[in-house]
Amino acid sequence: MTSIESQVLQPYKYGFVTDIDADTVPPGLNEDVIRLISAKKGEPAFLLEWRLKAYRHWLTMREPRWANVTYADIDYQAIRYYSSPRQQKKWDSLEQVDPKLLETFEKLGIPLNEQKRLTGVAVDAVFDSVSVGTTFKETLAKEGVIFCSFSDAVREHPDLIERYLGTVVPSSDNFFAALNAAVFSDGSFAYIPKGVRCPMELSTYFRINASSTGQFERTLIVADEGSYVSYLEGCSAPMRDENQLHAAVVELVALDHAEIKYSTVQNWYPGDAEGKGGIYNFVTKRGACAGRASKISWTQVETGSAITWKYPGCILQGDDSIGEFYSVAVTAGRQQADTGTKMIHIGRNTRSTIVSKGISAGRGQNTYRGQVKILKGATGARNYSQCDSMLIGDQCGAHTFPYIDVRNSTATMEHEASTSKIGEDQIFYCKQRGLSAEDAVSMIVNGFCKEVFRELPMEFAVEAQNLLGISLEGSVG
Amino acid sequence: MLEIRGLRASVEGTEILHGVDLTIRAGEVHAIMGPNGSGKSTLAQVLAGHPAYTVTGGTVSYEGKDLLGLAPEERAREGVFLAFQYPVEIKGITNAYFLRSALNAIRKHRGLEELDPIDFLGVLEEKAKAVELGDEMMNRPVNDGFSGGEKKRNEILQMAVLEPRLAILDETDSGLDIDALKTVANAVNRLRRPDNATLIVTHYQRLLNYITPDFVHVLADGRIVKSGGKELAHELEARGYDWLRPEAAAV
Repeated sequence: MTSIESQVLQPYKYGFVTDIDADTVPPGLNEDVIRLISAKKGEPAFLLEWRLKAYRHWLTMREPRWANVTYADIDYQAIRYYSSPRQQKKWDSLEQVDPKLLETFEKLGIPLNEQKRLTGVAVDAVFDSVSVGTTFKETLAKEGVIFCSFSDAVREHPDLIERYLGTVVPSSDNFFAALNAAVFSDGSFAYIPKGVRCPMELSTYFRINASSTGQFERTLIVADEGSYVSYLEGCSAPMRDENQLHAAVVELVALDHAEIKYSTVQNWYPGDAEGKGGIYNFVTKRGACAGRASKISWTQVETGSAITWKYPGCILQGDDSIGEFYSVAVTAGRQQADTGTKMIHIGRNTRSTIVSKGISAGRGQNTYRGQVKILKGATGARNYSQCDSMLIGDQCGAHTFPYIDVRNSTATMEHEASTSKIGEDQIFYCKQRGLSAEDAVSMIVNGFCKEVFRELPMEFAVEAQNLLGISLEGSVG
Repeated sequence: MLEIRGLRASVEGTEILHGVDLTIRAGEVHAIMGPNGSGKSTLAQVLAGHPAYTVTGGTVSYEGKDLLGLAPEERAREGVFLAFQYPVEIKGITNAYFLRSALNAIRKHRGLEELDPIDFLGVLEEKAKAVELGDEMMNRPVNDGFSGGEKKRNEILQMAVLEPRLAILDETDSGLDIDALKTVANAVNRLRRPDNATLIVTHYQRLLNYITPDFVHVLADGRIVKSGGKELAHELEARGYDWLRPEAAAV
């Protein structure tokens, strides 16, 4: 028995391709493509204008290269910006949806059929550029909760879209957010009215299918005063030799005393063991705790993607508001992740908690990058940050870049960091009790991530633990 | 049950065991004593299959099987248990979960049904009672923040639950106060059965005041230089190990 090796096999379970006729635009990006996307979706004028403005700004921007990741230049003219499964007009119920699509989501463990739906979870399923169906719409409507695809929201609730779109992540925010604003195709929208506790978990499942296609979805969640919602997001993609770009934007708005819990289990195709193929996951996620005593909590489990670049953050504007970030990021094979959070304290007595767990195996590179900013007016602000890294094998890397900017002397800051290695002794101890090497690693890693997993809704916690096991399979010799 | 013949083993290129011979039959308790650096712990680790040690010669037959040909987890599933001198911490995983996973891995290997958490708790309570060790450590993370004594008691409780055929206790007495020593010894005595065997590795005789061995062996410079009954332990306590050294050199 040799020592712990860093050879990673990475069996990816969701790598199949659905053979479905798609309505795609030719590769390339210009104003005509944007007009075409907007026209296909029958958008109001304000939205087309907003897209074009974003596009024109994007043309002046340069792709950010400060992240601790390396990749070949992306040819933005080689990407297809729209792909939709061809379908006969609009369907009134899921029963009219192409069975191939339903089958696809069923294979992914996301049944959309009435009888097989996940109990207590309403799902919006997004296939390439469009939403193919949202479950439990009526049940939610009884409570006044709006949960639908972004496109539907644009048609049916243009006022809400116009009011909140781009208020948290402006179209000029960064290179990828600007690109998304110009070409976003679909995504999910949720609105929880005043005082309503959303009766079930809301969930979106994103699936990339078509080749050479970018996925640019946009999610907007607005929690009105005193409301509560828990939202889950999952994703996967076929195994392809090429790299595919996923540049999403998520905006959350929590008004007075509202709470949003946003959980992600990200499992985009990570590429093969040599680093061929895989998704570039360049995502901008931000929440505004706009109201007094509002709360936004991000929980993410990032196991997939060739490259992950995301910093779900909170703007703590309302007094007494709370921001939380719980993250597990795994990089195995040749995966790279540069992820963390931004907590911007503006209001008085605002609090934030950051718990980040990075796991590196194989030749994976894992970077935590987090910013905590306490502005002048944020009297009594508090932050607690904990960044732990775990290394498996000796060819991987863990990096931590905390940025702390305090402009109010009453603030309390705590920062803890640790790096550990799964030791031969730990593995041997488990084996001596009869456990296999795989079970031993999975157990040690799950124990390491426990503080984050317990933040996830039950069904997702189980999925996350399994995913972790799969991602690290073969990490130990 | 266990037959060690001419066992040689090295760590990082240095040979520690220079040819160990030892036979253990079912129902017996053997004690291996010896000065620091004599190779006692190496023997324990080699029998359990620690990857840091390389076997350079000899054979070990365990219940008719070639023990050295089995992976560490296979040895464990076949009933070889090592109570560690330095038990390892696993953060975030409760003792109960860890031990149930271990027990189920062993049960699966033996063609027995795996236990769910409820059934397991029943087994655990029963075993903890039988060896008079509390199970209050079970909901804490494995060895995390345990005192030295707690870690050793935890090893013995694991042993009670996993029911090994061959238990190897590596310096289980080190770091224990007299009360803890008695508790641990008492537990080991209660686990003695005609169909299992125990190999106690220890530097001092004091554990043997409470666990009576059938045989005592002295390991010095990587070889067993003297074997005898329980009275040998008393002799060692009185005379130390030095009087055996010339004998070792002469072999």
